[in-house]
Amino acid sequence: MSSGVKGTYSFDEIVKQFRAQGRIVIVGASLAGLRAAEALREKGFEGSLTIIGDEPHEPYDRPPLSKQVLKGWVPADHTKLPRLRRVDADWRLGVAAVGLDRINHVVKLGNGEEVGYDRLLIATGTRARPWPNPEEGALQGVFTIRTVEDAGGLAAALKAKPRRVLVIGAGFVGSEIASVCRDLDLPVTVTERGSGPLKGALGGVISDIAAEMMRDAGVDLRTGVSVASLHGDESGHVRSATLTDGTVLEVDVVIPSLGSIRNVEWLDGAGLAAGQWGVGCDAGCRAFDINGVVTDHIFVAGDVARAPHVLYGYEFLALEHWDNAVAGAEVAANNMINLEVGRRPHLPLPSFWSGQFGVNIKSVGVCSFGDEIVVTQGSPADRRFAAAYGRNGRIVGAVTFNHGKWLPYYAELIERSAPFPPPPPGYDRPADASVYSGVMPARFPDPREPAGNPDVVLTGHDPTDRSAEFRPRSH
Amino acid sequence: MRLVIDLNKCQGYAQCVPLAPGVLKLVGEEALAYDPNPDESQRQQVLRAVASCPVQAIILELDPPADRDTK
Repeated sequence: MSSGVKGTYSFDEIVKQFRAQGRIVIVGASLAGLRAAEALREKGFEGSLTIIGDEPHEPYDRPPLSKQVLKGWVPADHTKLPRLRRVDADWRLGVAAVGLDRINHVVKLGNGEEVGYDRLLIATGTRARPWPNPEEGALQGVFTIRTVEDAGGLAAALKAKPRRVLVIGAGFVGSEIASVCRDLDLPVTVTERGSGPLKGALGGVISDIAAEMMRDAGVDLRTGVSVASLHGDESGHVRSATLTDGTVLEVDVVIPSLGSIRNVEWLDGAGLAAGQWGVGCDAGCRAFDINGVVTDHIFVAGDVARAPHVLYGYEFLALEHWDNAVAGAEVAANNMINLEVGRRPHLPLPSFWSGQFGVNIKSVGVCSFGDEIVVTQGSPADRRFAAAYGRNGRIVGAVTFNHGKWLPYYAELIERSAPFPPPPPGYDRPADASVYSGVMPARFPDPREPAGNPDVVLTGHDPTDRSAEFRPRSH
Repeated sequence: MRLVIDLNKCQGYAQCVPLAPGVLKLVGEEALAYDPNPDESQRQQVLRAVASCPVQAIILELDPPADRDTK
């Protein structure tokens, strides 16, 4: 006896119709927005596509902006992203989205226009955290670094041979900028309020190695200290900085490298799970509303997304990684034009790279989820090694310094939650007498300690934590 | 010409660098730096470099799609 009678309401028909005639709006015209648009077309979406970007530029790649662009090897506007296919979209560049009306399915733009959608992709990414004092931040010679304009301005400022450069914050971007300064033979001071560079991302053991690398390259690294104020001359150009320990430094270029702010303000009042760490979504990129109910028509990808990850206790993971944007955009695009069994999960194995001081640092997994570390291969003294991070006897992350060919080995172990310490692949094990042999605490900063905003954040849930925050609207 | 290199995939085999030295540079032992928008005159070298990569990390825009230069 079968009740498989065809009903009058077919979801397959709905999907087919949506793919032919639906309206998709992508808010965010950078890496994730572009790759999502391309994936939509590639997967057969033929409806209308609108792409909104607040920058007046077509999508461009950001990682080169803190490396070869700053060095002056490549002009700042030479990082336009290659296009993988035609997207046939209505591009609205140079206009920001300022509001979302979920009831009427409308994105409100800064120029007063409204764009209607059937399905929406939020890919608005992040922006650089500005120097907290706006007057000081507006001095000439003070640069945050995120956009092509920032990079072009800073590259020119470095070319002009400043007396001294001050980098505030020793995260990945700050360290890369300091490295470029040394390549250009410029005196550079780096202040870090935590106890070492890269500590939030890679822990104290690796941070100590990174600090040595910096100092060996001639960087004046000052930890446990920050900048209290910046001072300019009569022409409005920065000329000195007062540190929190009272020291005054004469500096001509200042780069506050204080981490990012997720671009979620435009979603105020829309009732989505949007906050400091981005927009919460499920493992299929569908946005949650403020109550934890998943939406049907709103998707999130890239730096602005945070999603639960099975490898990390289903804690919400917020990643500022290049490949997370690319992979997440592709999954979001697939899921926007599919229902249920056609959908796929976005389960990124976090990966990133950073080139600094002649060393290629690469990492997979969420190192900060671990509490132990073991150097499994190579020699930290030679700046060529691999190390694995563990928690509760399982490997959760790995880092390599100039040892990238071994990273896939550790990636595969992490994906299987293999035992920690991992069996070394049998090559170039560290010498037994080395201070780095054996498992040791990874020394991630206590959350109560001031440290940077790492590029990978696990926004865990603590059942005892109930709080509400009043945020007055800026308008 | 436009390219982007997936530096997660890149493991520093550096087969590409000698094939397109005007576009690709090795920094230190393993890190790769490159010009993402090189001049069209580099096309042949870049095509060879793309083919040479054992992990296929170089993504080159083969033909700019007709709608690329949008307003």
